[in-house]
Amino acid sequence: MGVSEAYFDTASAAPLHPAARQALAAALDDGWADPARLYSRARRARQLLDAARGATAEVLGVRPDELSFTAGGTAAAHAAVLGALAARERVGRGLVHSAIEHSAVLHAAERHVAAGGTAHEVGVDRLGRVDLAAFADAAAQPGTALAALISASHEVGTVQPVEAAGEACAQHGVPLYVDAAQSVGRVPLPFGWSLLTASAHKWGGPPGVGLLVVRKGTRFVQTGPSEERTDRSTDLPAIVAAAASLRAAQAEAAALAERHRVLVDRIRATVAATVPDVEVVGDPADRLPHLVTFSCLYVDGEALLHALDRRGFAVSSGSSCTSSTLTPSHVLVAMGVLSHGNVRVSLHRDSTEADVDRFLAELPGIVADLRAEAGVVDL
Amino acid sequence: MTEILDCRGQRCPLPVIALARRLPELPVGATLRVLADDPAAATDIPAWCRMRGQHYLGSPETHAFDVRRDV
Ligand SMILES: Cc1ncc(COP(=O)(O)O)c(C=O)c1O
Repeated sequence: MGVSEAYFDTASAAPLHPAARQALAAALDDGWADPARLYSRARRARQLLDAARGATAEVLGVRPDELSFTAGGTAAAHAAVLGALAARERVGRGLVHSAIEHSAVLHAAERHVAAGGTAHEVGVDRLGRVDLAAFADAAAQPGTALAALISASHEVGTVQPVEAAGEACAQHGVPLYVDAAQSVGRVPLPFGWSLLTASAHKWGGPPGVGLLVVRKGTRFVQTGPSEERTDRSTDLPAIVAAAASLRAAQAEAAALAERHRVLVDRIRATVAATVPDVEVVGDPADRLPHLVTFSCLYVDGEALLHALDRRGFAVSSGSSCTSSTLTPSHVLVAMGVLSHGNVRVSLHRDSTEADVDRFLAELPGIVADLRAEAGVVDL
Repeated sequence: MTEILDCRGQRCPLPVIALARRLPELPVGATLRVLADDPAAATDIPAWCRMRGQHYLGSPETHAFDVRRDV
């Protein structure tokens, strides 16, 4: 499948699931016509789209007419945030969000503020869990129109108290938006939200397909191009592949999560025991099954990432030197944990125990070499 | 008098490394002011203090971080 190295960056993009590949090939043959037209080939395309919508809605436990497909998780997040805010302008222009939202949500918040709205950021604890009391407090403020809480951190894996936040929001009639990009197709979804988004390439679907769910009774206006309602310009083959792979991922999810949990527990314990001066971050128990993050004191994150890449390990990093803006991950900053020398490992369905063990065997030497090169041994 | 360690212009982890080198050379109870303009310093200097049992006193002004040697 072209992933011969140990690919440990599923949280950015999962390798294409075989079910997606198969469905994509079939849909490229069969689903290229404009589904809005009336001839039989168009009706075939329409059927494929309806079936994809139905299957996806079923996995999410929502009604098909509550679901739309977008051009990716980022587009879905923007649509959710800006669409829910626009629909509630009469109530107020306040947005509440956690400090550890994905940049897609933060950018939507910035756009809202630039347009005259307000945004209230709620902090997290050292493990990366939102301050629920502060979140509830902010939601209760007059003028709060929408609250946003990520389902689980894409950087450190900590699961967020979505249901409790949803209850608090509901008491004040405030809709809760949940960015569930790292949870859909992997772990059961929480209840208590009004809007939810996801991204197909996180579960093994193709890139460029996002999901937006707006529950019935939630005020919402379409802020972007209004094409999707008529399904004219959607990437139908990609949507069909996303739906097929979501169904397959969902069927495998429980067993896979169990396997990943064991491997991640091993990484957490072994890294802490074999690498000196390392901080393994995120909640050790209440976390995503497939993801773990740690920071190595005195080590340059970019150098570590390249050294790992040379040994055949693809990981990502929240360290400033690895970001285009040269700022550290806002998630690590909000948690107050070490941001340099940071590595995020995230597993996929074909990650093996042997991959993980090879990583654990090589990591201490790689970190030691980098520290020796930098002359920071015994500091 | 607070000693000043000027790490402006250095990328993280260099300011933290400089701090780790200098602080143990000062007497227990002494304060060191680290000047660092890398955006990661504001997170990594307090985190280093926590990991090393030193006392982070706060940031008296932008790009300045005060640390007291406790151990
Ligand atoms: C939590 C979260 N939200 C949103 C996104 C954005 O999704 P996409 O890459 O499909 O735009 C991502 C992926 O980076 C993510 O991890």
